[in-house]
Amino acid sequence: MTASASIIVVGASWGGLAALSRLLGSLPDDFGVPVAVVQHRSKNADALLASLLQDVTGLRVVDVEDKEALEPRSVYIAPANYHMLVDWGHLTLTTDPLVRFSRPSIDVTFMSAADTYMTSTIGVVLTGANDDGSRGLRHIVNRGGRAVIQSPESAESRTMPEAARIAVPEADVLPLDEIAAHLTSMVSAAQAKPHVRAV
Amino acid sequence: MALQIAATPAASEGDGSTYDPDLERIEISLLLEGVYRHYGFDFRSYAFASIRRRLWKRIEAEGLATISELQAHILHDPPMMEKLLLDLSINVTAMFRDPSFYRAFREHVIPLLRTYPFIRLWHAGCATGEEVYSMAILLQEEGLYDRSRIYATDINEVVLRKAKEGIFPLDRMQEYTENYIAAGGKRAFSDYYVARYDGALFSPGLTKNVVFSLHNLVTDRSFAEFNVILCRNVMIYFDKALQGKVHGLFYESLAQFGILVLGSKESLRFSSCEDKYDQINGPEKIFRKAR
Ligand SMILES: C[S@@+](CC[C@H](N)C(=O)[O-])C[C@H]1O[C@@H](n2cnc3c(N)ncnc32)[C@H](O)[C@@H]1O
Repeated sequence: MTASASIIVVGASWGGLAALSRLLGSLPDDFGVPVAVVQHRSKNADALLASLLQDVTGLRVVDVEDKEALEPRSVYIAPANYHMLVDWGHLTLTTDPLVRFSRPSIDVTFMSAADTYMTSTIGVVLTGANDDGSRGLRHIVNRGGRAVIQSPESAESRTMPEAARIAVPEADVLPLDEIAAHLTSMVSAAQAKPHVRAV
Repeated sequence: MALQIAATPAASEGDGSTYDPDLERIEISLLLEGVYRHYGFDFRSYAFASIRRRLWKRIEAEGLATISELQAHILHDPPMMEKLLLDLSINVTAMFRDPSFYRAFREHVIPLLRTYPFIRLWHAGCATGEEVYSMAILLQEEGLYDRSRIYATDINEVVLRKAKEGIFPLDRMQEYTENYIAAGGKRAFSDYYVARYDGALFSPGLTKNVVFSLHNLVTDRSFAEFNVILCRNVMIYFDKALQGKVHGLFYESLAQFGILVLGSKESLRFSSCEDKYDQINGPEKIFRKAR
């Protein structure tokens, strides 16, 4: 039984740096599930985002390269100008065309996570000024995974959380400051469960 | 083995209730096996998540429901195979893509190449050739083009034909000009092409030392010894085992102290070749065969 064989995927757009800093900064340093982050940014953006986030968390922040292995206590940042797909135990990059004007696309990452980790997937949609992520979050729930949405009131830009809430009415909607604790309890509840299911 | 995080059962709506990822793996591998045995195209070791995404896009476009259904169409209907081939070949490319790479190449690789009487380069997976023309321009500006030969290969005939023509979309010249300048270009970018009604035609002189040819990295062997091999954003579409095999091919094909260039988000860390190369210049993916 390894907690690494499950995943949390996080999508953020406008206002994402501040929101991600708050969220990742509040996760415990021994957080047992890999966290894969898609933050929209310009195609020439470099590894700055990863290093800014590394400053606020004790988790290992990785600027993803192709076939990066997924490990616990780690945060994976999708590189600018590539889509990031979740595969079993690792991440794969592609230069496929933009999806709804975005590369990386949150939907693309979320869908691949759901198709791979099924019920062991948690999707988190944060602040943003478009509707990327809502289809992917719907797909995660259709596959039996869980959905968390930053409450629009606590978001710098409420469009993305609102779109996600319409697509996934059964999602847990929480203020930014409560999301880390919620994820931590979901993950530890799963670890404590006696009837852990092998996938 | 995975933990089941969800307390809720799989939602019953949509496609969720019947989806079985283990069965899907079986279906995909049967489909790829069928494609290989019937048509000869070998996608069996391409990156699974990426293949899966492309197959489902095709399934949705055709109004089908499962991979197995798509398989029947592909095996019985050659035009459907044509469509799938287009789906599976991602040919996006650009001139002087990642300008910082070209700058680093000028700065750190060109001085090494100057010491050679004759230089052989291989662009593996060159797509429509934008990279090849970029390299030819760079070599020309550094005074090395006349003693260079560039082998430009791809698995896809259609893109190779375009590469030979050397006509690229006019509406991208603005972007390419910016890339060229950022890449350390020494002239005016417009010196290299003439605008025509159907696109920007690049100077034929740029391809006088280029050989375009079909080559499949999965099945074909090494065909020469090279001083430089560039393979950018091609192996990301392969799984780890196939990447390892192709790295073996490149290693074999490189001369002593030969240079290997990968895409900006590719790494030797997940291959078994890491200790055979030294990395030249930090963030750019330029490696030198060391042993
Ligand atoms: C995304 S393009 C990369 C183009 C260019 N190297 C660049 O980085 O801009 C990938 C190319 O790899 C080619 N390719 C895919 N599989 C291949 C194989 N087995 N052997 C040779 N080329 C292959 C595709 O046809 C496509 O043109």
